[in-house]
Amino acid sequence: MSTGVITRTARGFTSVLAQALISEHSAHQRGVLQALDPRVKVVGLLSLVLATALSRHIAVVAVLLALAVALALVSRLSLWSMAKRVWLVAFLFTFTIAVPALFLTPGEPLLQLPGVPAITAQGTRSAAMLLLRVESAVTLSTLLVLTTPWMHLLKALRALMVPVEAIMMLAMTHRYAVLLTETANAMFESRQSRMVGRLEGREQRRLMINSGGVLLSKTLEMGNQVFLAMQARGFRGEIRLLDEFHMRGRDYFALGALLAAAALAVAAGR
Amino acid sequence: MYAASAPCWWMALRRMRRKLFGRTLPLLSLFAAFSFVVMMFNLPLPGGTTGHAVGVGIAAIVLGPWGASLAISLALAIQALFFGDGGITTLGANCFNMAIAGSFAAWGIYRLVSLGAAAESRRRVIAAALAGYGAINLSALLAAVEFGIQPMLFHDATGAPLYAPYRLGIAIPAMMAGHLTVAGAAEAVMSAGLFSYLRRSDPALLGIAPQSAPRAAASLWGVLAVALLLTPLGILAGGAAWGEWAPRDFADAAARARIAAASGNVAAPAAVPSGLARLASLWTAPMPSYAPQFIRSTAFGYLLSAMFGVGAILGAAWLVQRVLPRREP
Repeated sequence: MSTGVITRTARGFTSVLAQALISEHSAHQRGVLQALDPRVKVVGLLSLVLATALSRHIAVVAVLLALAVALALVSRLSLWSMAKRVWLVAFLFTFTIAVPALFLTPGEPLLQLPGVPAITAQGTRSAAMLLLRVESAVTLSTLLVLTTPWMHLLKALRALMVPVEAIMMLAMTHRYAVLLTETANAMFESRQSRMVGRLEGREQRRLMINSGGVLLSKTLEMGNQVFLAMQARGFRGEIRLLDEFHMRGRDYFALGALLAAAALAVAAGR
Repeated sequence: MYAASAPCWWMALRRMRRKLFGRTLPLLSLFAAFSFVVMMFNLPLPGGTTGHAVGVGIAAIVLGPWGASLAISLALAIQALFFGDGGITTLGANCFNMAIAGSFAAWGIYRLVSLGAAAESRRRVIAAALAGYGAINLSALLAAVEFGIQPMLFHDATGAPLYAPYRLGIAIPAMMAGHLTVAGAAEAVMSAGLFSYLRRSDPALLGIAPQSAPRAAASLWGVLAVALLLTPLGILAGGAAWGEWAPRDFADAAARARIAAASGNVAAPAAVPSGLARLASLWTAPMPSYAPQFIRSTAFGYLLSAMFGVGAILGAAWLVQRVLPRREP
């Protein structure tokens, strides 16, 4: 417990930084989704996410999940790493929420275990639907992130009418989120390396808050420097994004196919 | 929930657009990045458990409700889009509950509780803690209500819920139990801690620095006023101040005795020192012996003289400040 909080926090930072690297790496692999125009992926995959949310039939949601897995395979994404990082986490989180629903949802009894209320058919269907829906939506949105470089993904959000100021702020937030995570990681690692013995709860709390304060000071200082750098480069409040995207034949084909699949899923799932 | 959040984002962007030409744009983004990192802090809480703060309390105090709405939305969007936490479909609801409603709640609570409090007041720290605590719990309550009404709205023919499976009676206690204790406490501790830190390091950012300067001046004026009112006490002191003798004192036996007593029993010269005799008439004070002739009460005259004296010194200081060029650091 002496260094537990610091170690756990530092591990969290490391894991986020590793994830950022993995995303950038997989986005540059030669796969089917990686080769598509980012705008096609944003519109197409988000349509499938929407279809998942709108579908009322468990079979349709299952088919959409299967489609997402197939897309991951043709995009050369590691299913094992996907299972560990995405499916297992989503499963554990949703399962915890879904389990009581098995017993609490009123309906016809399916299975009676000793000492607990009966598991109902409606409860089972509801829990399964929740699990499949979450897994399917998470897989589809992960596909988008893992096959598109972050900056391209942001620029592609213009296709969804996201204001240019919001895109610029998202880009800056992402860049400095990674940088500040690195800074915080360095702060915690250096503290960890200097620590001997136990820290009481109050001291741990003080350490965390002071670290937060120092990080906030660094953040604000950096904010000033960023503004000066922007001014030095001629920023006068006008935001321009370089748009190097060009739709090709396969992009139109992929967009049509993804939108058709989403429309079909919505129609079948009603 | 995207439909509920979108007009708020639009309003926030519109309100901030004028300021986005300046430092606000990087400040919002950097604050969002900070909030993203702070969400990963494992904050030890009294009782042995740990919790995570969002940073909505301090964001609302520093950036105001609109700026904080945008900054926390950005942090949540980065989490959902880039790191896959939270999911894209729930991003609208998360932003509405935590970023938008949370920011306004935090800002309102802070303003209300700290109303009229001095910059250094402990009440401001408590206000910051309550702002964080209230914001997180309001967000949780909104989320619980959104979960709780889903089984009523969305279910299939057999009655099986299609989305969240729990009714309000279960959703609200389940959500609030964790937030009223752990998550709320984490946010309260982080808000109060960061507020105290910023108050020491950068009070201008909290909008309380301009009040503290006049306050310091106000307390100085208070000390000066008390000192002025106490000036008649000087009359109570026996005899004249050492060295402040008048030429006539040298001829008065009683005065000579007092001079000798105050000077280590060294007797005063028999005649008035020639220097003193020559210079005594050089400067006739406008208020000789500190008491104008038309005032009978010595104490009041003393007080009036002190006020004139202080006024003259302040006037001179003001003049020097205006005339001399100010040197920038």
